[in-house]
Amino acid sequence: MLRDFIRHFSLIVVPLVAVFAVLPAVYDNHLLLFNFVIFLALAQGVNIIYGFTGYLPFGYVGFFGAGAYGFAIVVMHLNAPALVAVAIAGLVAVLLGLLLTPLLRLTGAYFSIANLAAALAVLHFVANPALEAVTRGPYGVSLTGTFNPTMAYATALGILALTLAIVVFLKNSSFGLALQAVREDPVSAAMAGVPVVRMRVIAWLASALVAGLAGGAFAWYVSVFYPDNVFSSEFSIFAIVFALFGGVATIVGPIIGVLILYGVYNLIGFTTPQYFQLIYGLLIMGLVLFLPAGLVSLATRRGWHVP
Amino acid sequence: MLYPLIAGILFGLYFSLVGIGLNLVFGVMRIVNLAHGDFLMLGAFVAFGVVSLAALDPLFAVPLAFVVFLVVGLVLYRLLVPRLQRAKDPEMLSIILFFGLSQVIEAVMTIGFGTSERSLPSRELGRSLAALRVRLFGGTVDSGPVEILGQSFPAPWLAAAITSLIAIALVYLYLYRSRLGTLTRAVMSRRDEALATGIDVHRVSAAAFGIGLGLAAISGVFAPFMFGSFTPAFGVDATVTSFVVVVLGSLGNPLGTALGGVIYGVSYMFVQTYLSSWADLLPYVLLIAILLLRPSGLLGRRVRVA
Repeated sequence: MLRDFIRHFSLIVVPLVAVFAVLPAVYDNHLLLFNFVIFLALAQGVNIIYGFTGYLPFGYVGFFGAGAYGFAIVVMHLNAPALVAVAIAGLVAVLLGLLLTPLLRLTGAYFSIANLAAALAVLHFVANPALEAVTRGPYGVSLTGTFNPTMAYATALGILALTLAIVVFLKNSSFGLALQAVREDPVSAAMAGVPVVRMRVIAWLASALVAGLAGGAFAWYVSVFYPDNVFSSEFSIFAIVFALFGGVATIVGPIIGVLILYGVYNLIGFTTPQYFQLIYGLLIMGLVLFLPAGLVSLATRRGWHVP
Repeated sequence: MLYPLIAGILFGLYFSLVGIGLNLVFGVMRIVNLAHGDFLMLGAFVAFGVVSLAALDPLFAVPLAFVVFLVVGLVLYRLLVPRLQRAKDPEMLSIILFFGLSQVIEAVMTIGFGTSERSLPSRELGRSLAALRVRLFGGTVDSGPVEILGQSFPAPWLAAAITSLIAIALVYLYLYRSRLGTLTRAVMSRRDEALATGIDVHRVSAAAFGIGLGLAAISGVFAPFMFGSFTPAFGVDATVTSFVVVVLGSLGNPLGTALGGVIYGVSYMFVQTYLSSWADLLPYVLLIAILLLRPSGLLGRRVRVA
């Protein structure tokens, strides 16, 4: 298992991160590259919680936004250095995750809906004019003091590497195997001695941590944003669709999903948003109807092993 | 004190109508129709068409919207659902499938009608029943507010509430007094046993899906009057609100939705009146609290596991 871990890490994670580390030197649209890195991390974060435990986090953006605002608040009020603030962003998301652990008692659609409601509740809380002194309410924050896109990009790459390491670990450890057993049949897994609740909570918090750190890096990179930007449900939806399109519970599935779909999005997205939305919607429906297990199922159906 | 209570009940009855179709679909098929709000939006466009093309009372849009979307639902069911239910995790995948459908509907409507906000003059609604209304509630034929217990309310609120009551009563009659409705309840309580006893589950589900979309479209007819205006993008908010109402009642129990709607409407009006800056937060907090304290809703069976 350790050998597989090292193999997967050096053959998938290292090349991917290396490519994204080199790309800014040869490609000018740095914002696009940054968004790719953020979506790679978020799609893998969804993979951690949905792929390995079966909970579909429809309000995943709640953690992302909480991270962004965690970053903004410590920078605005405590003048914290940006790297420390990113760590705090992760911490804020984990705390929010802890607060929301009771949601894990719900199953299926109930969980997804409650999670969506939780994300919207955090949004309306942060955007409330009554909290203007702390969060600047709906008027948005401006963090020009820490503005440093190069460092923020590097940090996002580090977060991506950490996320991928978590997924590689889940894919190659008895912990990840036990999680998947819980996903398939919690009662049998509990009978076999798997601490069901604790394992779910750990996966949940790991996925919250990833989104929070990504949110912190995002806040650092863009430096001016409004609640509606960082709590946009597009982040949840995109991350889920990307992960599913590639195929969850694998390492490469979500990566393929992001590279293909977000690539397509940027090719046709900005010129005619409505036609793009139409194509996107049809693509999603086709995916669910004809390839419910994602692109990687094309390979697994032929008996090929997909890491 | 009296005003938010009555306004809440009127609004709440309307919200019951908004949610009841979603709940019927979920109860029968275990499918989460994330495009629910978009069918509401389409219903609003039907009302718009009836007023601007035929210059009729929007109330005529109610039966029209219902029939049109009943048929749409039957067709969509055949196209989407059997294939979906062959997948490993249909409940989760349905969320994504219907999200895709909602994107398609929104995009098509935006391409066709643009993003501008549309509204309808509220005196159009119930014009054909004006004489009856004047006799019951006073006022003049040219609309004006309605008086209930000394408080005055916009006339469309009352029209929407009465239509909702009638629709909920009809759903009740369908479920408890008709043969197809009895079969529907059988499928709702135990799908596999219903299948084993020879019930045509697909026919029952298709009917429920069609009726669900039809009810969504009916509630959409009143949306321009209840929310002031509508755009092709308004479906998403409507979906979230419907979810709150449905979960408050209990997911899978259509009649619980009536209760959920009234509770939602009354608490919304009270928060709006006394703590207005926090009113936006209410539906979500209420939703989470209910899910955690009584995950099956106020009237539901227990579904919590582990």
